[in-house]
This record gives sequence, structure tokens and C-alpha cells, in this order.
Amino acid sequence: MLGRKIARHGLLILATVLLGGFLSAALVRLAPGFDADEAQLDSHLNSESLEALRQARLSQHNISRFYLHALRSATHGDLGSSLSLQQPVSKLLRERGPLTLRLVASGWLLSWATAMALALSAAWLRLACYDAGATILTGALLCLPAAVLALFAVLWNTPAAFAIALIVFPRDFRYARNLLGKAYSLPHITTARAKGLSEPRVLFWHVVPVAAPQLLAVAGVSVSLALGAAIPVEALCGLAGVGQLAWQAALARDLPLLTNITILATLVTLLANSSADVIGHVLRSQEI
Amino acid sequence: MSIWRRLAGAVLLLVLGLSLASNWLALAGYAKQYRAAAGAPPSREHWLGTDDIGRDRFARVLYGTRISLLLAPAAALLSTLMAALVGGLAGYLGGAWAKAAMAITDLFLSLPWLFLLIMVRALMPLNVSPLTSVLVTFLMLGLLGWTSAARVLCASAGTLRDSDFVRQARASGIRGVRLFWIHVLPNLKPVLYAQFWISIPAFIVSEANLGILGLGVAEPMPSWGSLLRELEGLVSAGEEPWKFVPLLLLVVVVTSFQLLLSKEEGLPA
Repeated sequence: MLGRKIARHGLLILATVLLGGFLSAALVRLAPGFDADEAQLDSHLNSESLEALRQARLSQHNISRFYLHALRSATHGDLGSSLSLQQPVSKLLRERGPLTLRLVASGWLLSWATAMALALSAAWLRLACYDAGATILTGALLCLPAAVLALFAVLWNTPAAFAIALIVFPRDFRYARNLLGKAYSLPHITTARAKGLSEPRVLFWHVVPVAAPQLLAVAGVSVSLALGAAIPVEALCGLAGVGQLAWQAALARDLPLLTNITILATLVTLLANSSADVIGHVLRSQEI
Repeated sequence: MSIWRRLAGAVLLLVLGLSLASNWLALAGYAKQYRAAAGAPPSREHWLGTDDIGRDRFARVLYGTRISLLLAPAAALLSTLMAALVGGLAGYLGGAWAKAAMAITDLFLSLPWLFLLIMVRALMPLNVSPLTSVLVTFLMLGLLGWTSAARVLCASAGTLRDSDFVRQARASGIRGVRLFWIHVLPNLKPVLYAQFWISIPAFIVSEANLGILGLGVAEPMPSWGSLLRELEGLVSAGEEPWKFVPLLLLVVVVTSFQLLLSKEEGLPA
């Protein structure tokens, strides 16, 4: 059962990446200016070289052929070259990936730890003023664009991971708080309370296990949020990661680089969501 | 109606009214430069001072507010219509249609929102006229922001498809587009309204993000995003507090939308 679920997720990821890759290739191919090549303006090139460049462009005219060629190269580790930086995309990703991974992972962990601490304490204490305070705090953070939080991180000289945590935390908290609230309203919790079980025991033995699979799903979704937050944070904090690379590629209309980064981000998102789903499935099956 | 909702509604009406009256309230147009007073602090002539190239900040805030407040609902309307078309129809038709539509929706949802936005924005020429850049930015938000709403609508339409009154209508001989138009779509209205109202603040914040990153509305046209770019040059928060006015306005407007929505749709405040 578990093996089938993992296989299904694997197939889904593969299909999504292949379809996403095709859509990206189609977008790159149809984008204005694809047929133009700056090299054709080089006055040093003779007519044969110009003709060769034209032929090379013509060979990429068919979207399917263009995609298959890109796919074949990708399976050999060749993700193409960045138009603006004149470097192989795989090299750029290798150089900048670790920083982004560290940043996103630490921001995500910080956000998740804060959200869970607040949500659990709000569920435990059940004080209206505490709930209202947490709601106002998260509401205020939700109103601020991610880029503004990144600017504040620069202004107050705080770590970039803290900015990512502030961007992701309000969403995590709200989902977690709602899930714990729903779990608290279940009949068996009322029975447990009526039987005189202590609050910590009710919370950690009966509420959290019920909400755990859904909380894991939220954790998976928040990876996508943290990845998205890496763009403004890295761009505005001057960190040389993949987020900054995506921003630079967008400004320079470097589509091969940008599509590769987007597919990579999609892959990470899908892996995170699938892992959360599989772990949630394991937890549910253990409960049964 | 609670006092908070009334207050939020009043604030939104006031801000919208002020932005619509920007032609009369502002000293001059948003692009007019006062070169002798570049980077000036607030004064009687320039209530919020001037920017680095001498443009009146108050005028730019008013015009920028008008752009964001008029075009974000337009983008929200577009995304809601697309969600109704894709999600509503997929849920109503069910079977392979629903599976195919939801597979495409999932593909979009698996892409981080900001990555998707900057990729599509980069596909279009960046050196377009300011007016075109405004339209492109909000059109893009509208065309890409339908996916999560489509999922909700697909589920709602699927429930309606199997409901008693739709079965009865089908048994009475009403089918196809007529059944969808007369019996299904009107019952999706509450979900559509909710998605429309949720999308407005989300699009305002997304435009601000794109603007700060230099991928939104092009100069000299102002928007909240382009106005917030000024914060990039600040050395300390207390240095020039008047530069925070666009941010304050954005927070007030987005909070007002959230307050309006929370009670109406039963969402957490």
C-alpha cells in the first residue's frame, strides 16, 4: 500500500516535471525575440557563419523538437547556457544552490517552530486575549509584501533566514491554529476532558495526533512559500543564491536560466508535498 | 454588520474616494518634476516631500493608490471568471474533464507563485510603455491567479452536480449549458464572491512584490510597488518616516479587505 502510494507520487512528480518542462519550453520558444540572435549582428562573421547561425535557430523552430532536444541534453546533465551570464546553467545552480537550501531550510524551520509553539500555546491556554494578539500579529505580517519584510531585514541588519521565517510563519500559524481548533471540537476530546484528563495530556495525546497528518501537509505546502520568499530576500539582501539568480534572470530576460530554476523549484515543492503526504499516510495507518 | 466591518468599509471608501480625486487633490501630475526641490522633506507645497528626481510624493501616492485599487479588483474579476469557467465547468462535467482540469490546476499550484509570476513577466518585453506595463502586470495576475479558486469551485460544482435539485432539473429535460447556467452557476455565487474578495488583497500584495523587484509597473507610472522601492535606499527606519506612507496605506487597505472578508465569509480574522 505504502509502496504503491510512493510509486504514484513518483509518477505524478515525473509527469508534472515533464509537462511543466514542455510548457516552459513552449513559452521560451514563443517568447518575443526568440528568433533574434545578437551574434547575427557581429560584422566579423562571414556569410557562411551567419547561415550556420540561422540554420541552428531554424532547427529549434519546432516546439516538440526543441523540447526533446532540451530534454535529451538535460538527461546528460546539460541544462543549457545562461544567456546573460554566459555560463552553464548546471554550474550556476551548483554554485548557488547550497546557500538557498540552507537559507530556505533554516527559515522554514524557524517559521514552523514559532508557528507550532504559538498555535500549541494558544490551543492549550485558550485565552481570548492571547488568541487575539496572535491573530493581530499574523494579520499584520500577512499584510506586508515579502519584499518589504526583506527590506526591513536589511534595514535592521537581521539574518535573511529570519525574514523568510516572518514571511512564512503567519500562514503556518493560521493553518495550525485552525487545525488544532477543529481537533479540539471533536467529541472524543470533550469525553476526555469530562473524564478529568489534564490539559497537556489532552493536547499531546489526543489533539496533536489527530491534527498531525494535516499539519504535515501544511508543512509541505510551506516549503513552496519559503522557496518563493527566497527571491525577494536574496535579491534585496544581496545574497548570491538561486533566488537572486532567478531575479537577475527575469530582469535580463534570460529564459533558459529562469525556466530551469522554475522547474527545479517545482521539483523541490513536489518532493516536499509528496514526502509530507507519505509521512501523513504512515501516521494515519499507525493510528488505525 | 460589526463595527470593524463598517470601519473597514468606510476606510476603503475614503481611500478610493481620495485616489479618484487625485486630479484635484494633487499639486500636479505624478510625473511632474520640481528639479529645484529634489529629495525635499515634507513642506506646505509638497505634503510628503519629493522623491530623488523631484516628483511630488503625495501626488504619486494618490495616483499609485488609484492604479492599485482599480486594477486589482479588475484582475480579481478576471481570475474569478477564469476559475468559474475552468473549475465550475470541470466540476459540473466531472469524470475525465474534471481530472484533466485539476491536473493542469495542480501543475500551476505546484509552481511557487512568485517564480511563476517573474517567469511569465520575463517572457514579455520589459521595455514596454508605462501604461502597457500596468496592464501587463495586472492582466498577468488575473490570468495566473485562478488556480486555487478553480480547485474550490470544482469541488463545489461537483457537489452541486450530484444534488437533488440538479438531478430533478436533469430529469425534467434541462441539460448542458442551460442546466449549468440556470441551476449550477447561481449556486456557486457565494464561493465566487469569496474568491473575488480574497483575490483583491492578494493581488495588491503581489503587485507590490513585483514592483519592489523592478518587475511591475514601469516608471514614471506610480503604483504601490514602485513607490515602495524608495525604501530600498533608507539607511535607518527613523531617517525619513514620510517614505513609509505608501506602506502604511497598503497595510491599511489590505487589513480593511481582510476585516471585510473575515465576517462575511466566516474566515478567521
